[in-house]
Formats: sequence, structure tokens, C-alpha cells
Amino acid sequence: MLNSLSPCELQTGGFCFENSHRNAVFESSLSEAGYKAPKARKTGTTIAGLVYKDGVILGADTRATDDMVVADKNCMKIHYIAPKIYCCGAGVAADAEITTQVMSSNVELHMLNTGRPPLVAMVTRQLKQMLFRYQGHVGSSLIVGGVDVTGAHLYSVYPHGSYDKLPFLTMGSGAAAAVSVFEDRFKPNMELKEAKQLVRDAIAAGIFCDLGSGSNVDLCVITEAGVEHLRGYDKPNAKGKREGNYRYKPGTTAVLTKTVTPLSLHVVNESVQIMDTE
Amino acid sequence: MLSAQTFGDPGKMKEYHYTGPVEHRFSPYAFNGGTVLAVAGEDFAIVASDTRLSEGYSIHSRDSPKCYKLTDTTVLGCSGFHGDCLTLTKIIDARLKMYKHSNNKTMTSGAIAAMLSTILYGRRFFPYYVYNIIGGLDEEGRGAVYSFDPVGSYQRDTYKAGGSASAMLQPLLDNQIGFKNMEGVQHVPLTQDKAVQLVKDVFISAAERDVYTGDALRICVITKEGINEQTIALRKD
Repeated sequence: MLNSLSPCELQTGGFCFENSHRNAVFESSLSEAGYKAPKARKTGTTIAGLVYKDGVILGADTRATDDMVVADKNCMKIHYIAPKIYCCGAGVAADAEITTQVMSSNVELHMLNTGRPPLVAMVTRQLKQMLFRYQGHVGSSLIVGGVDVTGAHLYSVYPHGSYDKLPFLTMGSGAAAAVSVFEDRFKPNMELKEAKQLVRDAIAAGIFCDLGSGSNVDLCVITEAGVEHLRGYDKPNAKGKREGNYRYKPGTTAVLTKTVTPLSLHVVNESVQIMDTE
Repeated sequence: MLSAQTFGDPGKMKEYHYTGPVEHRFSPYAFNGGTVLAVAGEDFAIVASDTRLSEGYSIHSRDSPKCYKLTDTTVLGCSGFHGDCLTLTKIIDARLKMYKHSNNKTMTSGAIAAMLSTILYGRRFFPYYVYNIIGGLDEEGRGAVYSFDPVGSYQRDTYKAGGSASAMLQPLLDNQIGFKNMEGVQHVPLTQDKAVQLVKDVFISAAERDVYTGDALRICVITKEGINEQTIALRKD
């Protein structure tokens, strides 16, 4: 019966693997021509979360790597999902980013639909259903944490769709380094100061001991009262001070030809955005 | 019942069957990271390396310099597979002793470079996975840098970067020491202080972007007075 379906028609249920076939053909033809298929950028990463007395604290490092070269020295890995639910993402950078954005959008719609604030368990369930549907091809490992009407909760969701509900969790390439710190010093119902220091130390362990993680520690403290997103909570790695001066004088780059075309434009709006030149 | 199929015919399950004995390859090499750099001046030479030894995503050691003193006027920087670096330096030390005992004089930098080339080519079909750079003073007291590939091809350079961050450092050195891709810039000869300052600065940049480079920087400055070593801290993440 199914053999009569044309390959273009979507099968009901499950994931359509047509693109995998196309990708395989594409990759083999690229390698014949001597090119490599573009590799998805992974974040390397150390992410962690723990439940303390008043809520949940999420932590993440800020390095994004392209194979073994640092692509972004200060990227954001703690993503907003709902006013009191945040998500740390590890694995393929684009997958983590898009998955959390899709979740955030779904949660907003769900809130409007039900008229109720979202539950962390609801976010986790939607995430795991989506990731399982893609059979692990969406390579994002996530730690979802937040406070809802039932209390403070922390879940980890794996790329194939499994999840764990635990008082403390770590994921990413630096997970082993971070979890060792947690296993040593975690206690239930810790105070805020001690808990922040512990998450900071766990992420720092990942930053220094794992080559895929680095730069700064970002924290996100979520309580009943609200959220404190501490971007750049700790910056244990300053760039070395260069002694020489590497500015180029105007005229250093050879100008071969010069053509000036004046454009008559009106300035409608002017906005300044500071670049991160560190 | 629909199962998740890949690119077979729709409706047919993918066949799993035993394909016979599968060969699992053991790789005799490992990549331990590290960057080396050598610069030759008028009457000095500098060999510098970072001190991080890594494997995969882990760090084995934060204090494993890759500069090896061969003679009073020659330093060898080697990065790549640490096992081969150690064996190669042992072999070179032994050969230096043999030469000293039979010829009653120390090997010159140029002679060491030629010898290293033959040692490396001797293992053409199971190479030493090492990227070598020799820095030292030649017979006239001028700075000399010799750079090698893993199987022994070598040439004399003014400056060379090797190892994991070599692709990042070499263009920077081409610009700052070789004055390449610039116009209207005075070609001042490189002084020793400027060279040391440049080496420190380029390694700071390499440590920012290459995950295998960091922890500390070991600089060996070779002059007719001898070999002066200094260690500078780098990023540890």
C-alpha cells in the first residue's frame, strides 16, 4: 500500500528523512569535487544548574568553538523561555538557540491558550517530544530550570529526547569537571550566597579543565520573586596585556584605484551599538 | 506500523545483519597540541613555545615546555605527538654526543638541521609526528631558524611558527617581521627587545583563539652570551 505513495508526499507521523538522503548525495558530490561539507558549530561548553533554598540557579561558560578554534569568546548560553523559566543549551549552537526560541514561542501561546503561567514540566515535555521526533539529529543538550506554581524545578533534556529531574545537573563537554565540584559540595536547601559560589566554582572547573569551555561565567538566579540574569558574573580570564602598538597608519593598505560615487541620502534614524572588541 | 526509515524504499524496514569481522584500527599517534615559534635576528635567535600539553578536550599538563636545549647555541622546539617529541629529542641528544666524541667539536646549528632532516626521513614510512623548528646562531654568529615538516623537508627561515596555532601566527609574523602586505612602512631591522615583545604579544593572541595554546609561554633567547630563559603567564582556560 505504502509503496504506491510518491516519495514527495509526507508520511503521516514520524520524521521525514528525505533530507538525510539529499545530504548524503550532496556530501559525496562535494567530496568528489574536493570540498568539505560545512560542519555545524558546536558550543563545547559547560552548563550547570542546581536547586537551592529559594529557587534555581543556572550557570554557563561563554565560549563557542568551531572545531578547536574559538569562534565566540563571549556568547550567551542561558536562554529565556518564560518569565521565570530559563534554559541553558549545549551541543550544536544553532540547534540550542532555535530549539529554545521555538519553545519560548510555544510557551507563550500555551499561556494564552490556558490562561495559566507555564510549568517547567510542561516546557520539558514539549522539548523532549520535539527532540525525540527528530531522533537525535537536533543536537541540543539542554538544562531547563525555573520556578512555577508548584515550586522550583530543574530538568536536563538530551538530544535523543530523554530527560532527568534532579537537584543538580551538568551538561556539555565540561560536564565531568563541573559535576565533580557539585558532588563534593552540594547540599539540599543551600543559602543563596553559598549556592551562587558553588555554581560559579563548578563552571570555573569546566572553564579551566575543559578545552571546549572558557572565558566567563554567566549565572541566572530564578526565585519566586523574579529572575536575576547575571551576565559576566565572573571573568576569571582577562586577555593578556600587549606591549606593542599594532595600529596601522592611514595609507598602509595599497590603494590601486579609487572611484567616488556620491549618494544623496537623508539621515532618518541613527543608533549606536557598541562592538565587543575585546 | 511505520518505523523510522532512512533512505530505503518507504514501507520496508532497514535490514540489520552481521557483516563479518570488522577491523578496529588502533592509531599509534595522538595529538598533544602546543605551538612553537622561532625568530632570527642579526646577532640573536628566539625560540618560544607554550607549555600546555593536551589530549582531546583534556589537559595533561600546564607546565610542559616544548623548547629543548641542544647545545649552547641551539634550541629545538617540537610540537605534535609528545611521545615522538621525547624520543626524537633523546635520539638527537645521543647523536650530538656521538658527533662530539668522534669530531672533538660541538655541532653547529646548520649541521644539526641537516642531521635532523636525515633522522626524520629515516622514518619516512612511519613518521615522527612532530613539527620541528630549530633556532640558534650560525657559524658567523648571526641568528638562524630552520623549520621542518614531519618527514624531514627543511629550509632556513628568518621566522617561523609551527604547531596548532601556526596558521594564526604565521600571517601575523609575515606582517610584523616581514613587513608583508603593507605600504609606506620603514623596514627597520628587528632588535632583540622588539622581537621578545612581539613574541609575547602574538602568543597572547594565539591563546585567545586556539584552545590548545595557553597556560604559560617559555621564551629562550639565544645570544653569544648564552641561552636566557623566561616564562610568562598566558590564559588558562
